[in-house]
Amino acid sequence: MMPEEMPFEKPIIELRNKIAELKSFTNEKDIDLSGEITKLERRLVQLEEDIYGNMAPWDRVQLARHTQRPTTLDYIKGLFTDFMEFRGDRLYGDDEAIVGGVAAFDNQPVTVIGHQRGKDTKENIRRNFGMPHPEGYRKALRLMKQAEKFGRPIICFIDTKGAFPGKEAEERGQSEAIARNLLEMSGFKVPVVSIVIGEGGSGGALALGVADRIYMLENATYSVISPEGAATILWKDAAHAQEAAETMKITAPDLKELGIIDDVIPEIRGGAHRNLEAQTSYIRNTLKQAIYDLNKESPEELVHKRFIKFNAIGDYGYVNDANPGGEET
Amino acid sequence: MIRDIFSRKRHYTTIPSEKGKKDVPAGLMTKCPECKTIMYTKELNQNMFVCDHCGHHHRIGSTLRLKYTLDENSFTEFNEGMISQDPLTFPGYKEKSEKDRQSTGMNEAIRTGYGTIGGYKAVIAVMDAGFRMGSMGSVVGEKISRAIDCAIEEEVPFILFSASGGARMQEGVVSLMQMAKTSTSLNRLHEKGLLFISVMTHPTTGGVSASFASLGDVNLAEPQALIGFAGRRIIEQTIREQLPDDFQSAEFLLEHGQLDQVVHRHELKKTLLTLLKLHNAPQAKKKEGEDDA
Repeated sequence: MMPEEMPFEKPIIELRNKIAELKSFTNEKDIDLSGEITKLERRLVQLEEDIYGNMAPWDRVQLARHTQRPTTLDYIKGLFTDFMEFRGDRLYGDDEAIVGGVAAFDNQPVTVIGHQRGKDTKENIRRNFGMPHPEGYRKALRLMKQAEKFGRPIICFIDTKGAFPGKEAEERGQSEAIARNLLEMSGFKVPVVSIVIGEGGSGGALALGVADRIYMLENATYSVISPEGAATILWKDAAHAQEAAETMKITAPDLKELGIIDDVIPEIRGGAHRNLEAQTSYIRNTLKQAIYDLNKESPEELVHKRFIKFNAIGDYGYVNDANPGGEET
Repeated sequence: MIRDIFSRKRHYTTIPSEKGKKDVPAGLMTKCPECKTIMYTKELNQNMFVCDHCGHHHRIGSTLRLKYTLDENSFTEFNEGMISQDPLTFPGYKEKSEKDRQSTGMNEAIRTGYGTIGGYKAVIAVMDAGFRMGSMGSVVGEKISRAIDCAIEEEVPFILFSASGGARMQEGVVSLMQMAKTSTSLNRLHEKGLLFISVMTHPTTGGVSASFASLGDVNLAEPQALIGFAGRRIIEQTIREQLPDDFQSAEFLLEHGQLDQVVHRHELKKTLLTLLKLHNAPQAKKKEGEDDA
């Protein structure tokens, strides 16, 4: 299936089509247009460089939400062997908006957990569009505690618009479920690695994100509120989402600059969906290094450094700094 | 003619009301938003801002909260001068914070410190919805984290009154991360075997409800307080269903197993005191001539 084109890619697609047209024309009519073709091909390289090299935050939001963007299960299949899914929270039910289980990474047993979107409408309904209920977070917690018991590293894939805003979710304690994960994750005596692969929407994303290493795919986003939500509050109009995407600093390069994530995992030009295999190998390289480094740390070191890592996040000053003494007369 | 009389009268009534503002202090009377009864603010104040008629708990700021909770003159405030920066260089954020600083006299949406309750020592944090809706940005996160550090160092319980609309949008993902930061600190408190009492007051929603506020060893709330993760409107739009009136009220949460107790404001100090006593909280040395609390 041809990947769906994104609006910002239009000039590239048009130029590609034009080149193809000229080529077929050359073959059919036996007219030499190679000079023209070479010129256009050179322009295509330049254009790709310009467009993919200068992607606006909103373009990345579109890619992060792309219907064909690889999901947690796609990456699990490529990164691990012997994956076995474990289901249910043992309290209420099984929330298919989160998947998890055991697998081997580089011959080392690991616990893998991630938000799971559907590939089509039918699957999306079953998986609630990757928006978990409390039982999803409680399943994740159960599996993480199990990982700690057996000394396995925990690897989380973040890909959700957010925790589900529903009646039953509130009744069953959505807040508590998320909060509990934040607290428990901060104390696990095994390595925890989180990778944002698509959308990282607010607390519902963070509930799988209290990790020793946090990575984001180049076109993933991570934010406290969706650009549409922010635009509604700021400009009273969701149509300003594009501006909000810039103001809110939600892209991987933004989060790297803010010092929130450890690194950006590069994406294939045009987005991860264009080549799953290549994308998986990029993730594997990063994950391999992270697990290798974290395996060397003692359980106490892991917990301590995780505390230091999150405790350092914040930007504050003092009244006196803002208004240095001596200026007033 | 008649029109003249009316217009003059209108004119006549306007002037004294302007002048009246100086004579009658603003807020002399307060109307209860619940039962619409109008009462003297002074009387309401004496009743801890609880409506005498219907029991509605009016919203109160951090100053009154501290006064109602702690022993007189026992409060020592931490990091009073800490103020928010502007990590995203968000349009208008600095001005808005400055405006709230002027209008509230507070530097941020939380006050933390050390105090005693009936002679029992505790570290206390009180959020104030008057400052930026009580939203949690870097300063709220940092002050909670430092207050917890202090509770650990002093080996005393930690009590937090939440009143917040959630994470502060103007600090973006940095404010989101304060959820993780505060929860990480609470885990350390937990590891030390120290007590954490969370008292949720109106409103406790979003990122605050989904982090420290829900993590008490004991979770209490004031009557009728709004507590929840997602906003009512968003839920109604999502599920296309009207929600019951009491949805996300403290009583609703109690019924659904999310709270230990809903406690009337008049009973809060006593409840906290009993909890501190039952958890063997350390007692402050009594000053000479002081009676038993």
